[in-house]
Amino acid sequence: MTAIEIFGLEKTFSVGFWRKRPRRALRPLHLSVEEGEIFGFLGPNGAGKTTTLKLLMGLVFPTAGTARILGMEANDPRVKAQIGFLPEQPYFYDYLTARELLEYYAQLSGVAAKDRRKKVEAMLQRVGLTDAGDIQLRKFSKGMLQRVGIAQAILHDPKVVFLDEPMSGLDPMGRREVRDLIEQLKKEGKTVFFSTHILSDAEALCDRVAIIHLGELRSVGVVADLTSSMHGKVELIWQSAVVPASIRALGAECHVTGDTVRAVLAEDKQDAAIDALRRERLRLVSVTPVRATLEDYFLQNLGTENAPSEVMA
Amino acid sequence: MNPRISYIAANTFREAVRDRVLYNLIAFALLLVGAAILVGQISIDIERLVVINLGLTAVSLFGMLIAIFIGIGLVSKEIEKRTLYTMLSRPVRRWEFIIGKFFGLAGTLVVNTFFMAVGVFAALLYVSHHLQRPDAWLLVALYFIILQFLMITAIALLFSSFSSPLLSAVFAFSLFVIGNFAEDLRGFAAMAKGLTRWLATGAAYVLPNFSALNVISSVAHGEAVSRQLVFYNSVYALFYAALALCGAVLIFERRDLK
Repeated sequence: MTAIEIFGLEKTFSVGFWRKRPRRALRPLHLSVEEGEIFGFLGPNGAGKTTTLKLLMGLVFPTAGTARILGMEANDPRVKAQIGFLPEQPYFYDYLTARELLEYYAQLSGVAAKDRRKKVEAMLQRVGLTDAGDIQLRKFSKGMLQRVGIAQAILHDPKVVFLDEPMSGLDPMGRREVRDLIEQLKKEGKTVFFSTHILSDAEALCDRVAIIHLGELRSVGVVADLTSSMHGKVELIWQSAVVPASIRALGAECHVTGDTVRAVLAEDKQDAAIDALRRERLRLVSVTPVRATLEDYFLQNLGTENAPSEVMA
Repeated sequence: MNPRISYIAANTFREAVRDRVLYNLIAFALLLVGAAILVGQISIDIERLVVINLGLTAVSLFGMLIAIFIGIGLVSKEIEKRTLYTMLSRPVRRWEFIIGKFFGLAGTLVVNTFFMAVGVFAALLYVSHHLQRPDAWLLVALYFIILQFLMITAIALLFSSFSSPLLSAVFAFSLFVIGNFAEDLRGFAAMAKGLTRWLATGAAYVLPNFSALNVISSVAHGEAVSRQLVFYNSVYALFYAALALCGAVLIFERRDLK
């Protein structure tokens, strides 16, 4: 069954104070996410990821198009009871303790009174905040707030979880924990739709990804399929302290370490490079295909459009 | 009441109770009541009049300040701090949020008024050693003060639904001041002619009439308040607050939370 269906969703904001002018944040977006998938929504900052999530959550209204979640209109209150949402850089009522906040959100999500306390305690334990449960949120660090944010998003056992930049601003340990948690959610049969500009996270987690840039969907698919469409590269390693000019002429990126040279060059130059090494009577150690990453994909497809520095994290 | 509205109201109440602004204002109000005792003691024969006038004015003024300063942030602060994102992604309708916020602050103001009223009665008891039968009218004056709070809370929420906290404060406070001179505006409209008369009459009807809800001076003199006035004032205040709330809901239902 399809968990999320987006039909031509688009959003144009009016900007400016006196002379309002339109700014197109999202061009007609068509997308579907299957139940049980971990779906990555990728793009540089300002690409339209958060706008899409806000449209799905009913926080902003679409200029055109519709969206369905679990077969119902996205704004249907019955849908809201079955989804969880973690906004980017979440901020909560800082006068509440983590326990009070989760209890409040459990009430609003319709969790039965008899189960509420149990669920809150279980969730505090799951995100490692049991000991900090009675501390006001104003005293929480950014990482702790992110944990509270994740806890409130999955507290009511939603079927679909939307996470906006869940790893943003976290240290490596925190990122690892969030990754594990997302994988755990998949094991529980939940659909996870998360936006990120941290490509390694998407590569490690996602069943499929969509790439959005300048408010426009650029591609959707399995990470391996997207990257396989790129021109491949190979890595050659041989024993020598110098790089022959004939190898450099092939456009190889060479790094010399001690008496070993590591060169990366285009796949179609591989045979020419090996011939050149034979002619120079150098000892070839290995030839390895270099797997293209999402980062390479971004750089190749979006890099010329004002993105790279924001894309890579 | 819809359970979600009561949860939002309870949380709004909790927020206000944990807000330092509330305690600063209550402290000032109680200081003013204390000052009323001092002034009353040096006002020969009119101690009661001074204590009631100053005491109830303190309750009204500081309650209004609480209503405005907390009310203006009820929606705009939630948008600014993005706490609304996790609220509205739950099965909470936007109108439930507005109504819950209204009841939360209204509840805070009622509790607050109760404690300040206890202070006023204590001060009155202190200067006159016993309560008199006409003092019961103070309860009606306090009821009218609460009606004013409901109106100004709804007005503050209305402004908060589309404007920044600073502008909302300016608008709400201006309306509070103008509303206290509403009777004068009506008097001016009756005397004016032509377009000015139409404009002044229109403004007199649109702007909140807080002066009609102010019976502090008459109850201080021991005068009774007619049942008719209680009825009309109740209908007027509740209708005005409901209209302002409807406006807030209509605006907020269509607002993009950027």
